[in-house]
Parts: sequence; C-alpha cells; structure tokens
Amino acid sequence: MADTVNQGVVAPAASAPAEFLDRIRRSSEYVVIPLFALIVAGLIFSLFLFALGHSPATFFSLLWRGGFGTGFSWQNTLVRAAPLIFTGLCVAIPARLGLTIVGGEGALVLGGFTAAVAAIPFVHAGAPNYVVLPAMLLCATLTGAAWIGLVGALRHYRGINETIASLLMSYIAIAIMNFFVEGALRDPGNPNKPSTLPIGDANMIGNIPGVGVHWGLAAGVLVALALWILMNRTTFGFAARVTGGNVRAARAQGLSVGRLMVISCAIAGACAGLAGFFEVAAVQGRANASLAAGYGFTGILVAFLARQNALAIIPVSILLGGIAAAGGLIQRRMGMPDATVLVLQGLMFVVLLVSETLYGRFAFFRPKGN
Amino acid sequence: MSAFTLSRRTLLKSAAIGSIGLSAGLLTRRPAHAEDLTIGIIYVGSRDDYGWNQAHAVAAKALAAVPGVKVVEEENVPETIAVAKTMESMIELDGAKLIFPTSFGYYSPFMLDAAKKYPDVQFRHAAPLWKEGDPTNAGSYFGYLDQAHYVNGVAAGLSTKSNKLGFVAAKPISSVLSNANAFALGARSVNPKAEVQVIFTGDWSMPVREAEATNALIDAGADVIGCHVDSPKTVIQTAESRGVKSVGHNASQANLAPKGFITGAEYKWETIYKKFADLLAKGEPLPNFTGGGYDLDYVQNTAYGAGASPEAIAAADKAKEDMRAKKPIYIGPLKDNKGNEVIPAGTVHAPYDPWIDQINFLVEGVQGSIT
Repeated sequence: MADTVNQGVVAPAASAPAEFLDRIRRSSEYVVIPLFALIVAGLIFSLFLFALGHSPATFFSLLWRGGFGTGFSWQNTLVRAAPLIFTGLCVAIPARLGLTIVGGEGALVLGGFTAAVAAIPFVHAGAPNYVVLPAMLLCATLTGAAWIGLVGALRHYRGINETIASLLMSYIAIAIMNFFVEGALRDPGNPNKPSTLPIGDANMIGNIPGVGVHWGLAAGVLVALALWILMNRTTFGFAARVTGGNVRAARAQGLSVGRLMVISCAIAGACAGLAGFFEVAAVQGRANASLAAGYGFTGILVAFLARQNALAIIPVSILLGGIAAAGGLIQRRMGMPDATVLVLQGLMFVVLLVSETLYGRFAFFRPKGN
Repeated sequence: MSAFTLSRRTLLKSAAIGSIGLSAGLLTRRPAHAEDLTIGIIYVGSRDDYGWNQAHAVAAKALAAVPGVKVVEEENVPETIAVAKTMESMIELDGAKLIFPTSFGYYSPFMLDAAKKYPDVQFRHAAPLWKEGDPTNAGSYFGYLDQAHYVNGVAAGLSTKSNKLGFVAAKPISSVLSNANAFALGARSVNPKAEVQVIFTGDWSMPVREAEATNALIDAGADVIGCHVDSPKTVIQTAESRGVKSVGHNASQANLAPKGFITGAEYKWETIYKKFADLLAKGEPLPNFTGGGYDLDYVQNTAYGAGASPEAIAAADKAKEDMRAKKPIYIGPLKDNKGNEVIPAGTVHAPYDPWIDQINFLVEGVQGSIT
C-alpha cells in the first residue's frame, strides 16, 4: 500500500522539472501582481509629482539613493525596518484568524517600558549584562503578550471588538508609561525629558558585526521565519487558518477557537513587546515618550502590504524602511515636505489593496487542465 | 532571505525606474561647492507649526541667505534612531559640517553618539545640556525665553480687565515653570492685582487638550491667555475666537489673532546660527555653550498686535530695555504659591543663574499645581 502511494508521487519522474516549473508559474502570481501594483502606484505618484511641478525622475533616483543606493543607505533602511518586522507580525499573526489588531503600538511601548524597569534593580545591584538583558527580554515579551492576549480574551469571552479594543488600549498603554516615567520611576538626573533610569552602556545591545545595524534586525528575521513555519507548517497554524476561514466551521470541527485566539494574540503582543525591548536595549537605553514613535501603526501597513504572510513581512519592512530612509534625502534635495513619502506609502497601500481583486483572474497563473 | 530581499530590491527599482521610463544612468548627485559650508537643521515637527520648529525654520531661512552657506533641512524626524540616521545622512550624503538637531530628545544618546563617530563635524543642540566630558565637537546653545515671557506678562498685566490671566502649559518641568513664573512676575510688576491661572496639558503637543484648557481658563474669567506648548496655534486661535486677548510663544502667531494679539515671546535663533556660520567661515572654534536672552539678542518679542494698548506698549518697551540691561526677574523676598519662601529677602537671582534652571515651583499669584 505504502509502495503504491510512493509510486503515485514519485512515478512520473520525467515530468518532475515540468511540475516544478508549473509550481513556479502558479506561485509567481504572488510576485507579479504586487509588482504590477507597485508600478501602478509609482505611475500615479509620478502624476502627483508632475502636478506639483517636481520631477519624478529626481524623486525616484533620490528614493533609490537614499534607501538602497549606498552601503550607508542600506544601514539606514535596515535599522528602520527592524522594528517594523516585529510590529508587522503583531498584526499579521492574529489576522490569520480573522482578527484585526491595530494596537501594536501599545504593546511595544509597555514592553519597552517594563524592559527598562526590569533592568533597574539588576543595574543597581551591578549584575552583568547576561543577566540584565534576559530579564529585560522576558519582561518585554511577557508584558506584550499579556497586553494583546487580553485583547484576544476580551474578544472571545466578552465579544468586544478587537480592533477598537486594541486601538484604545494602546492609548492606555502610553498613558501608563507616561504616568510612571513622569512620576515614581522618573530619572532625577534627566529633569527636562522625563525618562526611566538608563540601563547603562554595558547593557546596551550592540550592532551586528560588519552590518552596522543592531541585533533587532536579526532577531526580527528569525522570529518572522519561526512564525511563518508556525502558521504554515504546524497543526496550530492550520487550526488558526481554519478559524480565520470560517469560525463556525472551526468550532464544528472541535477546534478550541478561544484558546487559538488568545494564544495568537499573545504571540502577536510578544512580537510588539520584543520591538519595545530592542528600542530600549539597542537604541534609547531608557524608556520615555520616544518609544511611541509610530512603529506600531506603520506595522499595520506592513502586514497588509505583506498580505499577512510572516515571511513577506521581511521584504515589505525593508521596502518601507527604505522609503522612510530616503524621505529625509528627498526633503533636503527637493525641498518637499515630509508628507510626500506618506503620500507614496498611502498610494501603495490603496493600489495593493485594490490589486487583491486580480488574484485568480489570469489564466496564465491557473493550474493547467482546470 | 537574501534572494527574497534581492527580488524586492529589483522590484522597487523596477517600480521606480520602469514607471518613469528612465535609466539609472540619469541618477545625479548635486555636489556642494568646495567652498560652501553645508549646515544641517533637524526639526522634530513640521516647519510651519507656528511654534518651536517654525522658530528654527525662520532662522534657517535667514541663515540660508548668507553667501557661501547651504542649508539642508529635515522635518518630522522623531527622537529615535531616525535622527541618528538623519544626521549621518546629512554628513555622508550632503557633506554637512555643522548640524543643529533642534529637539530636546535628540541630544542623548543620538547627538552624542554622532559627535563621537564624526569628530570632524560640529554638532550644536538647542537646549542647555552640554557639560564637561561630552565630546568637544558637540555643544549647546539656548535662548532664555523667560525674559520675553516677562515682557509678555508686563503687556498682559496692563491689558486685563478682570485681573485674571490664563496660561496653558505643557509639562510641569523647570523650563516651562520658569516661563509661567516670569509671565506672572511680569504681570504683577505692573499690576499687583493680576493673578495667573495655569493649566498643564501634560504633553508638548496635544491640540484637543490645549483648546479645552484655553476654554476652561476663559470660562474661569481670564481675559488674556499666554502659553508654553510646542505649537501655540490652537491656544491663540481659540482665544481669538472667544474674543479674548493673547500673547504668543516660540514663534510669531500674530497673523492668527488679528484682533486680540498683544505680543509674543519669540526665539531669535538666527543670531546664534549666523554667529556660528561666521565663526566656521573664519576657521575659528565654536563655543561649546552659548546662552543668552535679550542682552545677546537671542530672544525677542513679536511686533505688537491690535490687542496691545498704548500703555501696555510703553510698559513692555520699558521691560525690554530692563531685560537688555540684564535686570533680574527673580528678586527676594519671593514666595511660591503654597506660601513657602523660595527666595529670602536680599537675595537676587541674576539672569542665567543656574538656580533658574532648577525651578520646581510656581510663584505666588499663580493658581495651579505642579504635582
């Protein structure tokens, strides 16, 4: 019996390359359509630039130069991409279950804040960094997981809309941090910018050697890979996707929908918490209002552009990081306001969403014989 | 991973270049003239915010008019690694030799790190933070706006009919408190019956709360409104729409209140920027710290608006002369608004006394709590 099955798969050995090509042809739909959408967005944006009397050629050459054209530009791009990978995952993972979580900002802020606070007693006691950093990491991920996990629980057990809940909770999170940073946990040595006590240079995470970008980037790539495997190659991921496809069908199959929701939200929150950890441990060295820099909200854009695919989040984060990195150069060389690149981002977002309707419409990408 | 990244790189390139039908060969870089001094200025908000950033942008424009100086600007740069990269980008891609990162949170760690990384580039930051031991190619410059707020207070004290002045403040920290105090002391120097009510919004920029605070102050009887928030636009507009007078902060808000604007406390950063550009052009070192007020022409008051009465103008002009002559604002005996003596009789705190930077109280005559 087993032999027959094996034969069934392996038998037409001669056609294996053809089948491989066929798979490539079919899956290329997921590359060609977004590519086409980006080109269309670029064209529309060029019209916008023409209307303003600016040269699209200059704009796009500066975009290339500022984001990807030099070694420094790549550093600039990647360092901006690092937190976006985490906050993108915070949106993408629950999205596979049909949950729209937009409050990654709050989990990032609270994660970073608790990480900085966790460091205080250890730093005070003179603990080495291999003790301080894991403690910070743990606090950040647990806080983030609890924060967004709570959103999932509210959704499942109390029927509260997760989008609104997560959005409002992120304002609560920022308020909680401000309350402590401006009050009980304020560093007295920093009178005009309320912050927690610094974690100290010895506890700062350095850069990846030879890359000039902090370790948050490597961690983000690894976490994205791991979550892609979790969502696409495990029974948990399968159950999550079934739930996202049809909750009632998932329940009928005996899947524990509530548990799946809470766990997925907790994973999402842990990702955002990790972003907060790296903001504190690799960039700021302390927690303050600068943690709420909008990474959580850009993460929503990242996840939607990546069509909620954990792996696609990596290149999309790099693309958006590059646009942000080039934004400065465009401001300086073309004298255009900062909002210019936001217009480009918004156009990309809209055109990519519209392009969703193109999937399955081209015979070229369909399996042969169907 | 790298293959995937590469495909996206190619993708972006195609999107960018394909859509405009141009080859990469047209990529051009505009090199600075060899003798040009390129100066980078970085803003945390937008350049036309009617506030802190606009005050710097106005000066940047004046600086750009100086022959041989090229100014590159970037707005809406958050106090994150983004500003570190913006500074590097200005140095690496634009050849900037002097950088002015103008927001408080840019200093540590971002500007200090950049100064260590680029010892040939000068960095000057707009807050009195530089201290011995910090990199010597870094430094601070600051304008003491409390002097101009004192002038605001003098003009406001003679413009009120209810003897109630309102002050919308961002955070209860020393730089804000010293301005609120100077406003109150100025008002009470010409009108001892004047009282100032302060409301803290808790944030540098929170337009909704600023409007609420302004309305609350007016509802409580205030007929002149002052403020210390990043962008006074909302406060001034709200006051104008309610028909009360206002005094400004940071930059000129005169055109926002054609009826009720009296004057405003403004920075005059161009004095400092031009001074620095001049020193660099001569090859002389820049000071690591320079701070001043009216005496050094680092602050000014906005030209009087329609809300200023002749006697308010006369008294305010007199106050400006006093400030230029370094007349102290904080003179003992002085109590805080809880009745504690904060300056004993016979003690005077001259302008720029470090004591002023540590103020953590509101003076007598001010209603409001900092805790």
